[in-house]
Amino acid sequence: MSFTTALAHHFLPETILTLGVLALILVGSFRGSRAFGLVNELAIGLLGLAILSLLFGGDTQASLFEGAFVDDAFGRFVKILTLLGSLVTIIMSRDYLQRAKLGNFEFPILVVLSTIGMLLLVSADNLIALYLGLELMSLALYVAAAFARDDARASEAGLKYFVLGALSSGMLLYGASLLYGFAGTISFDGIAKSITGAPPLGVVFGLVFVLAGLAFKMSAAPFHMWTPDVYEGAPTPVTAFFASAPKMAAVAITARIVMTAFPGVAAQWQQIVIFLAIASMLLGAFAAIGQTNIKRLMAYSSIGHMGFALVGLAAGDEAGVRGVAIYLAIYLVMTLGAFAAILQMRVEGRPVEKIADLSGLSRNNGTAAFYLAMLMFSLAGVPPLAGFFAKYYVFLAAVDAGLYALAILGVAASAVSAFYYLRVVKVMYFDEPAPAFDHSPLSLRAVLAVSTIFLLGFWVYPAPVVEAATAAAKSLF
Amino acid sequence: MAAAFFYLFSAVLIASAFAVIVARNPVHSVLFLILAFVNGAGLFLLAGAEFLAMILVVVYVGAVAVLFLFVVMMLDVDFAELRQGFSKHLPLGAGVGAVVLIELGMIAVGWQSAPNALEAAQTPIAAGVSNTAALGQVLYTKYFVFFQASALVLLTAMIGAIVLTLHHRPGVKRQKIAEQNARTRENVIEIKKVPSRAGV
Repeated sequence: MSFTTALAHHFLPETILTLGVLALILVGSFRGSRAFGLVNELAIGLLGLAILSLLFGGDTQASLFEGAFVDDAFGRFVKILTLLGSLVTIIMSRDYLQRAKLGNFEFPILVVLSTIGMLLLVSADNLIALYLGLELMSLALYVAAAFARDDARASEAGLKYFVLGALSSGMLLYGASLLYGFAGTISFDGIAKSITGAPPLGVVFGLVFVLAGLAFKMSAAPFHMWTPDVYEGAPTPVTAFFASAPKMAAVAITARIVMTAFPGVAAQWQQIVIFLAIASMLLGAFAAIGQTNIKRLMAYSSIGHMGFALVGLAAGDEAGVRGVAIYLAIYLVMTLGAFAAILQMRVEGRPVEKIADLSGLSRNNGTAAFYLAMLMFSLAGVPPLAGFFAKYYVFLAAVDAGLYALAILGVAASAVSAFYYLRVVKVMYFDEPAPAFDHSPLSLRAVLAVSTIFLLGFWVYPAPVVEAATAAAKSLF
Repeated sequence: MAAAFFYLFSAVLIASAFAVIVARNPVHSVLFLILAFVNGAGLFLLAGAEFLAMILVVVYVGAVAVLFLFVVMMLDVDFAELRQGFSKHLPLGAGVGAVVLIELGMIAVGWQSAPNALEAAQTPIAAGVSNTAALGQVLYTKYFVFFQASALVLLTAMIGAIVLTLHHRPGVKRQKIAEQNARTRENVIEIKKVPSRAGV
């Protein structure tokens, strides 16, 4: 395949975003401080264009640039989710950033740069591509976390994320060097071919380090320590971004690397994934109970949800990967919807983020309270909302693979976590009203409404998501 | 002869890496770090990777370590305060360190590569092509996308540094070069006729 064919057909979203972001930087530099609105809209257009190019692009599988990247159904599925997460983040961020005097045109540019990194990460087919994608994604995220540079908490969040992120990159690189030392090649396929029979200790060690580095990026316990502080300290639109798009990319590359590079040592990585899943689910269920800040609550909730997604991966077969893909799609919608609601929490122009501030929301703003209640039911996994089906598919895969204990623990953790989701509903419907929230912009109300309608209507017509996820899972095997 | 140099470089490298950690004066730490880099470059030279050796000296010694040195000397970091928790955290740190060390030892003792690893890792270089030229042959062809992706990483770092540190202060007097160049004698010099012995 010629270089231009690869760029124009199989690497089109990445090409669009890369060329586009360079143009955005020029626009921003020329217009200076007045550029925020325009760059914001152009970035939304770019991400939308990239999604369209994926939806209407080819559906063939191809290895690109001498085995550096791969274009397959799994990659395309996750890329659409990632792009959607970034797109909605930019739409939701505008009002908040302008009110917080953070309306700099660099924010949408950083989001797009980070998204390019995620797309590279999702389609990586060797260790160098994986590392470059991961670094591009993370570097932009570090800056975004500290974007409110005059706010001490945001600066602390950025610094904490940066230092721990650098540590995790170091672990990942160390693992990658051990794998290269064993296999003599960096391609996932080559590593898979070189592992025959029982793996030597060095390979297992490398595998553990690589998975630890990736688990840090998806904030699975016990590599979650940074998550609550960073989520709480960063500006809320940045938190929404952290909780959505990067998680898609990190879980996807974890699935890809264990399925394509380590199919021969499934028993080894299954242990690790099962441990990560159980630890994340239990931590997400128990540590969130005492939280009073809604952003911290969402941080623990996201840790728990990563645990549930990993349950599907632990199954290690096609049904499991399908479960992971469906879980990611539904988790993305739930998270974006929840953050659209959190961004609406604003009293007399100032953002508030305590759960108590939601008291009696049903009487102040019945529509928003209903939407948020539906989101909380869905996050808890109450049927017939979409959150229930997400969990259903991963637990089904785990049971079919014979992982009964894992599935039972997962259901138990899900039951415990229902407590704090339902507490939010109780606060909204049965407590004395707190001061009413300001009138919120149309963009936030629209995101909240659309995501809730998706979650409510999923059981009526789940076919598009389930079929796409089935095709995605098939392409990994 | 090469073996003797290998052991020399390796011994000094390990000793200076150790000294980086234990040196009481942070400036000494950075100087030992530079020594470690130079010895690493020596090892690269012995392995026939002269390009990497030069890059290590130019980038790490010439830029990174010197920058470290500036930071250590200019920032007023209280290292005594940083060391305060040392004895408190020592047991846990030493425990984790010991576990990792033992595991690394087990890997080193029982290390084995895949049977085809040596073959897969070898990239024969045509005779008469220097190290640098060989890198250039693949950097813009086979690894072009990686090269561009690294460029994007650097671009992100640059944008990040500007976003986080650049302050626009109003009322600062700046040099306007275009305005300076556009000045002509006609529009800036005013000729006044001063009568003799009358003052201005």
